[in-house]
Amino acid sequence: MVTVTINGTQHTVEAEADMPLLWVIRDLVGLTGTKFGCGMAQCGACTVFLDGTPVRSCQTFIGDVAGAQVTTIEGINGKVAETVQAVWADLDVPQCGYCQSGQIMSATDLLTTNPKPTDADIDAAMAGNLCRCATYQRIRAGIHETAKRLEA
Amino acid sequence: MIPNLMESIIVPAVKAQASRRQFLIGAFATSTGLAVGYHLLSASPAAASETATVSDTHAFSPYVTIDVDGKVTVLSSQFEMGQGSYNGIATLVAEELEADWSTIDVKGAAGDVKAYGNVAFGGALQGTGGSTSMLTSWDRYRRAGAATRVMLVAAASAEWGVPAAEITVENGILSHPSGKSGGFGMFAAKAATMPVPVEVTLKQPNEWKRIGNAGLKRFDSARKANGTEQYTIDVKLPGMLTAVMIHPPLFGAKVKSFDASAARAIKGVVDVVEIPRGIAIVGENMWVALKGREVVTVEWDESAAEKRGTPALMSMYRDLAAKPPAAIARKDGDVESAFAAAAKVIEASFEFPYLAHAPMEPLNSVSRMNADGTLEIWGGHQFPDTYQALAGEIAGIAPGKVILHVMKTGGSFGRRAVFDGDVVVESVHVAKALGFRAPVKVQWTRENDMRGGRYRPAYAHSLKAGIDENGKLVAWSNHVVGQSIVSNTAFAGMVQNGVDPTSIEGANNLPYAIPNQVVGLTTTEVGVPVLWWRSVGSTHTAFAAEAFLDEVAEAAGKDPVEFRLSMLEPESRHAIVLKLAAEKAGWDKPVPEGRFRGVAVAESFGSVVAHIAEVSRTEDGHIKVERIVSAVDCGLAINPDQVRSQVEGGIGFGLGAILGEEITLTDGQVDQGNFDLYTPLRIDAMPMVEVHILASANSPSGIGEPGVPPVGPAVANAAYKALGKRIRIMPFAKSLNV
Repeated sequence: MVTVTINGTQHTVEAEADMPLLWVIRDLVGLTGTKFGCGMAQCGACTVFLDGTPVRSCQTFIGDVAGAQVTTIEGINGKVAETVQAVWADLDVPQCGYCQSGQIMSATDLLTTNPKPTDADIDAAMAGNLCRCATYQRIRAGIHETAKRLEA
Repeated sequence: MIPNLMESIIVPAVKAQASRRQFLIGAFATSTGLAVGYHLLSASPAAASETATVSDTHAFSPYVTIDVDGKVTVLSSQFEMGQGSYNGIATLVAEELEADWSTIDVKGAAGDVKAYGNVAFGGALQGTGGSTSMLTSWDRYRRAGAATRVMLVAAASAEWGVPAAEITVENGILSHPSGKSGGFGMFAAKAATMPVPVEVTLKQPNEWKRIGNAGLKRFDSARKANGTEQYTIDVKLPGMLTAVMIHPPLFGAKVKSFDASAARAIKGVVDVVEIPRGIAIVGENMWVALKGREVVTVEWDESAAEKRGTPALMSMYRDLAAKPPAAIARKDGDVESAFAAAAKVIEASFEFPYLAHAPMEPLNSVSRMNADGTLEIWGGHQFPDTYQALAGEIAGIAPGKVILHVMKTGGSFGRRAVFDGDVVVESVHVAKALGFRAPVKVQWTRENDMRGGRYRPAYAHSLKAGIDENGKLVAWSNHVVGQSIVSNTAFAGMVQNGVDPTSIEGANNLPYAIPNQVVGLTTTEVGVPVLWWRSVGSTHTAFAAEAFLDEVAEAAGKDPVEFRLSMLEPESRHAIVLKLAAEKAGWDKPVPEGRFRGVAVAESFGSVVAHIAEVSRTEDGHIKVERIVSAVDCGLAINPDQVRSQVEGGIGFGLGAILGEEITLTDGQVDQGNFDLYTPLRIDAMPMVEVHILASANSPSGIGEPGVPPVGPAVANAAYKALGKRIRIMPFAKSLNV
């Protein structure tokens, strides 16, 4: 039995210590916004916040996160995250949408730590999140637009 | 089981007309309101034309439903993999229905090929591919929307006792000058009892508010930004088990024996079963199934397996390309004499690797047998009636007992349009092997997906061009070597005289006036399964033709844009998009310092796209693609912003492939298993893209794919200017030795 707090709710789950947080979130807790894309931290679709820091949940093991605060796409809130999400819809960033939970987690983290990122900052911060539909141009535009709205 | 589609492929236009005549608008009352769709004349002619409420619902398939709470749901015959088909179809319905866009939802429809068959495939197959979704939907969905509006108006007219002609409909509200007004929900039930219009009058283009409106947002973006969009991986059913697969390590290998005792000992592993496509480890959740998979040992029978590696295959392809082709796809004029008389002859060879689709959502499917004998399957059903037939056969039930839930998927790029059902049949096989005692989700890992075959075939091209003393291109030959995508499939009838059109599309229909030309094809037999990959034949044919043309222009001492234009009719679609791209990119102005330009134009799926690439040199001798200026003629742009989005994405998808993607084999085994070795484009390599859409009144043609073909050659042509090196072997890194 392991206890983990996800989006403010404490969950006690029956899992071996080596079970990736991704599968705890998806299969044991039942939240589906966090996606499986590669299983080896190559694509970023499974990005969640662990005590506020983005991690790849497919390579984060439940035994290592007991007592930690996990935030998934379902639980992000606050001005930055909400503005990112609103802008994503306004600019029609997603195509298939499968990677976008991870993109939004990474974009939210970037804008939280760097309120006015340049294109180079964006490329560096977002290069770990693959998008096979290649919505990258709109992701860049979305991050700039969010920065603009947050400044206003 | 699967119809031979040769005839329907060849004469789609004729068939489409016939199917339109058989299509009569129909409607019936649902428990929650109104459904409007189509009856098939042959199925139920009287019901179709005379009555509104029809008991034989099998003869009727809904396109639009309206609930009593006013919610409008569009039932889409076309599958949504991110390309925006649902949005496009919803736009067509909403335009004619005058629906409130914010209340629209779209669901996948399947199970009635007569009603949902793709017009571009002669109506004989429900399927999504070839960028045909708008083409097949354009007429049908607008008429369904208009008929729904007419019936709502008739209901309001009866309810209010006013003439129908005095009622206006706007944004989901019906109103009358007397002040009476009401939403769709108020009239949905009554509308179902109104006469069904036999014919409807569609809006004129000047009346459109949504079609062609660049400000119309996708209906599904918000749910994709908050994580609530549901994909197949998210399907959860009571008692559902999760299975992971062990597939043969070589294409064509089979299970000889396996030992699952260690796996069965793991808590949570429910069963390990053999199915025709491999071994399935079934667990209470994904993680235990994966743990079980690690300890299953399998002995394989590799006697019939493909064991050749990439070096051997490509060497064979090179040899074949240098020989005369096995089949001739096109021959104009007297090619031999023209080459003999040419002032200059140049030659070049190109090589293209196998490519994986690698959609972000690894393939998956969920099957559940119900007590009433129906089998439900949730998945990315890109060829639904094919999967229905296959699943019924495996489960031993009639195809009509197979209920398909068409899920939106995390990409596809052609990957889920497979003739043998692939992961869909795996989920049925696994459920069956478990005695149908529980619903089962088969979830592939990235490695299953990457090593699962169905690649864009590898190809070699051998090209030769002859120019006269004035620099005019007088002779052209292209020999394409590679596997056929359609042979041994339901589309095998497309192969005529040894030519699979998907191998040479884009090579045998060059728009240029070249008096003497020959396009040949040699089809190879290799045990690696292949499939269409976003833009199919044009993924390689457009590259070879447009990159080689750049070499020819150089040999002729001509500007690449001018050279192309000199061989095009001035008012042709190719010439117009080429000129538009050149103008927007400032082709006639000096290139900015440190930048180099290249151009390419290609037609695919009825659309013509020209890209002008601007690249810079990197310190390590590679190039960085800085900017792509694109001009697009896709006929009428139903959703202009989505056209832009598809071209942006197509550029990124195509660019990733030519810069770094390749599937290679070592002794038949696929080398790449994940995104560490198979490397699609990432954001740091994405150029700035500028898309210019040509205003057009022509019927909508494709846009999901046509942005892909010209990006590779445009960039290769720019790279030549930057590096002085012709890029003829894909991916680029291979040509540049970096």
